Amino acid sequence: MTYDKRPEGRKFDELRPIVAKAGVIPNAEGSAYFKIGKTVAYAAVYGPRELHPKFLQNPEKGVLRCLYNMMPFAGMGDRVRPGPNRRAKEISLVTEKAILPFINLDRYPNAVVDVFIELTQTDAGSRCAGICAAAIALADAGIEMREMISAVAVGKVADKIVVDLDYSEEIYEDGHVADIPIAMGNVSQQITLLQADGYITREDLKKCLEIAKKACAQINEIQKKALKQKYEGSK
Amino acid sequence: MNKRKQILDALDKNVRFDGRKKDEYRKIEVIKGVSATAEGSATVKIGDTEVMVGVKLGIGTPYPDSPDSGNLIVSAEFLPLASPEYEPGPPDIDAIELARVVDRGIREAKAIDVKKLCIEKGEKIWEVSVDICTINTAGNLFDAATLATLAALMDTKFPKYENDEIDYKVKTDQRLPLEILPVAITVIKIGNHFLVDPLPEEEEVLDARLTVTLTEDGSVCALQKGGDQPLTVEQIDEMIGIALEKSKEFRKLL
Amino acid sequence: MAEEKSSLYIKDKDVVVPGEILAIGLDYLPGFGTYRLENKIIASRLGLINVDGRALKITPLSGKYLPKRNDVIICKVIDITLNGWRLDTNSAFPAMLSLKDATSEYIERGADLSKIYNIGEYLMVKIVAVTSQMLVDVSLKGPGLKKLPPGRIIKVNPMKVPRIIGKQGSMVSMVKKVTGCRILVGQNGVVWIQGDTINENLAIETIKKIEQEAHVPGLTEKIEIFLKKRMEKKEKSDEK
Repeated sequence: MTYDKRPEGRKFDELRPIVAKAGVIPNAEGSAYFKIGKTVAYAAVYGPRELHPKFLQNPEKGVLRCLYNMMPFAGMGDRVRPGPNRRAKEISLVTEKAILPFINLDRYPNAVVDVFIELTQTDAGSRCAGICAAAIALADAGIEMREMISAVAVGKVADKIVVDLDYSEEIYEDGHVADIPIAMGNVSQQITLLQADGYITREDLKKCLEIAKKACAQINEIQKKALKQKYEGSK
Repeated sequence: MNKRKQILDALDKNVRFDGRKKDEYRKIEVIKGVSATAEGSATVKIGDTEVMVGVKLGIGTPYPDSPDSGNLIVSAEFLPLASPEYEPGPPDIDAIELARVVDRGIREAKAIDVKKLCIEKGEKIWEVSVDICTINTAGNLFDAATLATLAALMDTKFPKYENDEIDYKVKTDQRLPLEILPVAITVIKIGNHFLVDPLPEEEEVLDARLTVTLTEDGSVCALQKGGDQPLTVEQIDEMIGIALEKSKEFRKLL
Repeated sequence: MAEEKSSLYIKDKDVVVPGEILAIGLDYLPGFGTYRLENKIIASRLGLINVDGRALKITPLSGKYLPKRNDVIICKVIDITLNGWRLDTNSAFPAMLSLKDATSEYIERGADLSKIYNIGEYLMVKIVAVTSQMLVDVSLKGPGLKKLPPGRIIKVNPMKVPRIIGKQGSMVSMVKKVTGCRILVGQNGVVWIQGDTINENLAIETIKKIEQEAHVPGLTEKIEIFLKKRMEKKEKSDEK
């Protein structure tokens, strides 16, 4: 079985079109808009600020809290019931783990940095879009980050290794599909988010992770540009 | 208390903290079609306040007392994304009030001809779900949310519906049976002054708030009084007068 | 190993972002907001890069205030304890103002401290100690430190405070002079303004403009022209 043609004539290693903006929510310390294909994420960073209740505090460093949420109308099908469901809770958790290794909150003992991610429309890749938006927002908020964090799904559709699966590829029926969302720091290229849905061989996984490096580097350039645009605009 | 006195002293000289006149709105922007997954959507910005509204259409069963009418459900969420003061969690009382005020305006104006949303009497109807989500909160959520809701309803197109199934990927050209456009204007009272489009610091110290929903011919179709202080009949009448005047400007934005 | 030539990837005063490679080679030294990884120097903060000879350091452009010893800041009283006041410092860390640092007058044990400084009031204080756990002690003893009378309070990006104050206070002096307002700028980004409301509005608008355009060259002249135009406009409307 061969997978010959991607929607919109995309190449197998090509990302969907991306639009990124920094500083879209005036109330937040830092914020971002990140659109990839038809998936749109907003992220806002509040803090460092006092953390309540007290038992959540860490006297050694600041705590990072991420909250991923889909607006009720952001799903591909029926309305999504508002409030945290199991999926959103898990994504919030893996988002936190994707970001934490690259940021430094040592200077904020007992405090919290909150990252709120809201999806306004989705077409696959929403956790990765959320992480990309969150990384821009954290930099915008002046948080110390050793590396910029970029995220994208890679994987295999039938016989082809692909980058940035869209929804039609996630549900492709004429062959196995492996969907592998990953997040990566731009300097070390170390991976902090790794999940996989579907069959993948050890060799193919390695290939997927290699092409993810290139895709993340492209995303990193767009994130960088979004931040520079905001601050150079005020120059 | 201090802040209230400052605001009042300034109002006595006809000045507001951002230099506007008492009956002047901040810059308003309406953008339709902001969420591809919603059947209809819109963003409204009033100054730094930004609200996004999405409309989803689904199939439901009618209420027993209105077997041939579709349903309208309005919900609002004060997302923690939008303000350092919002906490994650189920809608608090302010979000519930906002949703109910928007709902009341649309319902009581009979803005949507709900009979046209009936698919099979007593069995199957269209359900219109309106979700109001805050992006950035900086005063006057009521007017922003109502305006965004109207714009989103106007933007709404039915999805393809065949053999009892909705195909959300295909939008038809069929629009919602939107007959009347009710516009809400909120007028607040601080001391002897009436203002529109309050700033957060003005909302903090207001005595009373009146949200007036008006149809195109100038009829009032819904009201909501808020705030801790009473209003006299004369004051209410004056506030409605201001709302009537402002609603004409608002209508042009749709 | 062959000797590599060092090269700089940025120019002085460029905006740089976290993870950006600033220089390769061992000729350059990492300063604030940067770190070395093997032969590279990399940014770990968003900000303006300063190339000072061989040293590269970043001046941050954003971020919440972080209390620092000897900073003079404007705080709001948020609570009263047995022996002093708890203050909001516009950061993640509240400060304590103890009785002994507040006044040299004798205060009886158990006296009503709200009579001295009440909740919601603003104080201009100096930070005297910050611990490793970010416990902050402040004092009211020192020149210019005091309780602030009622006025308008705005918050600006604390990184822009030096620009708002200007060289030897030139920028804020100009705004004060033209608007006739009293203005105090805390290093924590809290600004207190007092005057006639219309003038307060103009002062606030001007300060926000300075904050937004902090990097524009010749900003002082630009602000001077802006203020002059506004005052002329105001005088005209006053005549009417």
